[in-house]
Amino acid sequence: MTPVTLITGFLGSGKTTLLKRLLDDPALSDTAVLINEFGEVGLDHHLLERLDDTMVLLQSGCLCCTIRGDLADALRDLLSRRERGLVPPFRRVVIESTGLADPFPVLSTLRSDPVLRHHFKAANVITALDAVNGLRQLDTYGESVRQVAIADVLVLTKTDIANEPDVLQITEAVRRLNPDAPMIRASDTLDADTLLNGIAREQASGFYCDEPVDIANASSPHGAAIRSFVITMETTVDWTAFGIWLTMLLHRHGDKILRVKGILNVEGEAFPVAIHGVQYLVHIPVHMASWPSTDRRSRIVFIVDGIEPALIERSFTTFNTLGVSSPALKLVEEA
Amino acid sequence: MCSLCGILGGIEHWADAVARPGVYTRNVERIDRRRERANRVRIANRVLSAFGLSLTDWQGSAFLLSTRTGKTEIIEDLGHLWPAAERLCGRGLDPLDEPFLNRLEAEARG
Repeated sequence: MTPVTLITGFLGSGKTTLLKRLLDDPALSDTAVLINEFGEVGLDHHLLERLDDTMVLLQSGCLCCTIRGDLADALRDLLSRRERGLVPPFRRVVIESTGLADPFPVLSTLRSDPVLRHHFKAANVITALDAVNGLRQLDTYGESVRQVAIADVLVLTKTDIANEPDVLQITEAVRRLNPDAPMIRASDTLDADTLLNGIAREQASGFYCDEPVDIANASSPHGAAIRSFVITMETTVDWTAFGIWLTMLLHRHGDKILRVKGILNVEGEAFPVAIHGVQYLVHIPVHMASWPSTDRRSRIVFIVDGIEPALIERSFTTFNTLGVSSPALKLVEEA
Repeated sequence: MCSLCGILGGIEHWADAVARPGVYTRNVERIDRRRERANRVRIANRVLSAFGLSLTDWQGSAFLLSTRTGKTEIIEDLGHLWPAAERLCGRGLDPLDEPFLNRLEAEARG
């Protein structure tokens, strides 16, 4: 399965600049990059060979393609060429989405397309956020909020030209929406390998980069519908009941649950299980090799749009008790 | 076959316990997977009974979802369960619905 990374961010948030910097990195040599327009990225000094109208090969070995029309078609074309040996064998794909796009349909395409779902898997979503204008964009545009909420990694751009109070303010606003995604300043050294490898989902150490903001401590601005909260569970989680609960919840409220990410202490398991979902999609749960800290409680971070946190928590607890053996069975054991 | 798109060999649902490297599973043995299915049917029925529906295992490969009047659909996994359940009972099934949660909690208290 070829991992696919999505780079998203609002108009003018610095996605292309970010991509430009990543293209310089030799770590991207086995990557196919899908962008909207060659001209925007200014590939001339990287260019090694022009394969055709939509595809160029860069000096680093990275393959760069423009998306004409449908993303699914572009990916299928890329796959077909790789299988026929017409392009260098890439091992991962990076997609730069348009600034006004909701990132969810891209992830949904990867999962639901009958061809693509067998060859590609969503690795992670990197969201670029402008430290100067980001706050206003978050207030005004739903797309911007969704892009931040869905992010696995956040890159704060233009921090060099923003005032430090603005940076702090936007950091706080972002943390209310997405409490646990690693947040990197674009002015720092960017390591393509770290950014693209979906560390957040695979490793215990990378799972919670910051301690998630608890709902009790989070100061939500008045009237803000999108917010995040954490459910903490003292007892173990019954996997079967959890599966039934989460599928039912996402089926009914998937449009309002922007992200769900958690680490579960599953009954009968020595190590935690990490789950990660975006709207209606849930990634394959990962068995983690160790606990990230001494805390053994199950924790699930939700980012929701207009759903009451207390109701989700109540529903989760109620379903979890269904998983416990029925009272009749218990009586037999006791007898 | 995937009953929604008609494609042979549909991919596993995330909540399924399939024995394949890299996928969540704790049920490597066949008998454990059967036990897991039985448990899933039991828990799902606690939820579905509130809506007049019931679920049974069908040959360890699919599930049968039925109404009290016998209207039945074959479903593959949890991903198909809820759309089918809503179709059969003709309304939305909301796990956050308070009367529904009250009922489940009352049942749990016995």
